[in-house]
Amino acid sequence: MTATEPRRAEAATGSTPGTGPTARSGGRRPRGRPAMYTTYAQDMALLNTRGKKVGLGALLVLAVLLPFVLQDDLLRLLATGCVLSIGAIGLNLVTGYAGQVSLGHAFFLGVGAYTASVVAGDPEDEEVWGLGITFLPVWLLAAGVVAAVLGLVVAPLASRLRGLYLAIVTLGLVFIGEHVFREWDSLTGGVGVGRQAAEPVLFGMDLSRRSESFSGDQQMYWLMLAMLLLFALVGRNIARSAMGRSFAAVRDRDIAAEITGVDVRRVKRRAFVVSSFYAGCAGALWYSILGFIDPSSFGLLLSVQFIAMVLIGGVATISGSIMGAFFIALLPRLTRELPAYLPFLSSSATDTPNVFQFETLLYGLLIVLFLIFEPRGLYGVWIRVRNYWKAWPFSY
Amino acid sequence: MTAGSAAAPVVEVADVTLRFKGVTAINGVSFTVGEHELFAIIGPNGAGKTSIFNVLSGVYRPQEGSVRFLGEPVLGRRPHTIAARGMARTFQNIELFENLTVIDNLMLGRAHAVRYGMFAAAGWLGPARRSELADRAAVEDIVDFLELAQYRGFPVGLLPYGVQKRVELGRALAMEPKLLLLDEPVAGMNLEETEDMARFILDIRDELEIPMIMVEHDMGLVMDLADRVLVVDFGVPITTGTPVEVQRNPDVVKAYLGEDHATGGRRSKAPSAAGTAAAGEHP
Repeated sequence: MTATEPRRAEAATGSTPGTGPTARSGGRRPRGRPAMYTTYAQDMALLNTRGKKVGLGALLVLAVLLPFVLQDDLLRLLATGCVLSIGAIGLNLVTGYAGQVSLGHAFFLGVGAYTASVVAGDPEDEEVWGLGITFLPVWLLAAGVVAAVLGLVVAPLASRLRGLYLAIVTLGLVFIGEHVFREWDSLTGGVGVGRQAAEPVLFGMDLSRRSESFSGDQQMYWLMLAMLLLFALVGRNIARSAMGRSFAAVRDRDIAAEITGVDVRRVKRRAFVVSSFYAGCAGALWYSILGFIDPSSFGLLLSVQFIAMVLIGGVATISGSIMGAFFIALLPRLTRELPAYLPFLSSSATDTPNVFQFETLLYGLLIVLFLIFEPRGLYGVWIRVRNYWKAWPFSY
Repeated sequence: MTAGSAAAPVVEVADVTLRFKGVTAINGVSFTVGEHELFAIIGPNGAGKTSIFNVLSGVYRPQEGSVRFLGEPVLGRRPHTIAARGMARTFQNIELFENLTVIDNLMLGRAHAVRYGMFAAAGWLGPARRSELADRAAVEDIVDFLELAQYRGFPVGLLPYGVQKRVELGRALAMEPKLLLLDEPVAGMNLEETEDMARFILDIRDELEIPMIMVEHDMGLVMDLADRVLVVDFGVPITTGTPVEVQRNPDVVKAYLGEDHATGGRRSKAPSAAGTAAAGEHP
């Protein structure tokens, strides 16, 4: 930014520096120095440059206006992307920030989905349990809390095991969860039957049903966008607070962290609790879009998809988690278009090679390619583009 | 130079013995460190110097002996609680959080000062915001003190070695320590960096008045800075005294240079020779 840019009115009124390090953000900047920080609060703000403020604002306006342009099926896909982002942020907090590799994310998603559907379920139903509270904040919070409590139970494993050993143990969690979900008929309805997911009712209105002015998919998209904003903001706050720093400290050097005064066991516990809370909420919201829960959908592949979101998006970044989640959410849609360009691929599931096989292959391929060529993921690509334009027209 | 052991000692180590199965890493080591004192521990490689640090900071638990820090026993406590009581430490091989910036590394040194919980952090509520701003201000003082201003925003993994050593010292200082353990603060540094570090160490003693225990192979530095020196060899304490006393002790010379030199006619020259010999092992 240069001095020729129009100055903000408050900057022009005087050259008084900030009122000390404890001043709130928005302290005055010296005349003609719009990019200069005069308080620590300005430096530590979430959107600490004008570029970030304008960019995020524009992106949000675009996102809010999308339902007026796009078809319902695309909106449904984007709403799913928002929900998967919440789950990916959760996994990134425990695996990316705190360095505790977890393959058990699918289990916590399942716990969240079933908790929500039990809380919101019909109490008259004789097949499956239900409490009949369909108000969205209630079942969402319940889903998060129950998953978080289970995360707290699993967390002690992480203080005994690390790296691959922890990954294997959390893998076990997925198989236990799958078995329980299959067999516990009064909770899940059983294999091949399943049960209704929680209905997203807000102030007496079921958002998934068509209202007078908007379609169900439009309303669901706005709901999920708002949820993503909320969860992403909380995620960023956690990441920039002492809690997020202690996560990273445990990831980088756990012994040094302990000697610096970080309670490593407590940090790991918190990481699992927060991550499971996110997963639980994501699971509940996701199935409220789909409308129906099949007990066999919380398998290893789902966990791997979330790992892929984190790795492709960018480890230890919130915005990266969102990019990765949208990438994975939109990927099937893109591969469905492939047979038109690649004649040897069939769009029918009965032929080989078909697009569905190709899609599964692609998850693995993308993880490998990103790890080798762009370890910082899509976030890293973005940083590189940004730095290029920051330095433009210089190339160094 | 004054030995501060007359005042109430900050640390009292009594007859500590640490064994790993058959190997005795530390064998009956005792010493005290007083306020304002710069205490040095020297000895050949594998003498158990770093093990003594690990006992003090709670990483290892010795089989025998006792350690009192600020009058309270510390053995059996977990490292982070000892750290919270005011024992800070730097490491021989830099143990920084390499993906975090200099500021974040120093902020982590203030883990003891964090009082806000998960929910305040999640909402960036008043307590969290105020605490973060206060910690940031405290950390910036250390940035000024150690002349780190130009490196503030860099991930420490990208910084030169000498600067990383300084950041590690800064992280320890951010803990507002009552005792500072320095494990080879100038290992691998060139002359200029060593002199800078020596200046910072003296500033810490004289301005911040923090007592220190230093393990170091650079004999020139130890002899110039330390108030008292403990010499260990194969875990066994050989002698404790002022730098001059230690240099004249024949057992010390023997530990460094072997039997011949100790009994030969080079007794008065040997400590400086010992210094260069030991420093040579750590290029």
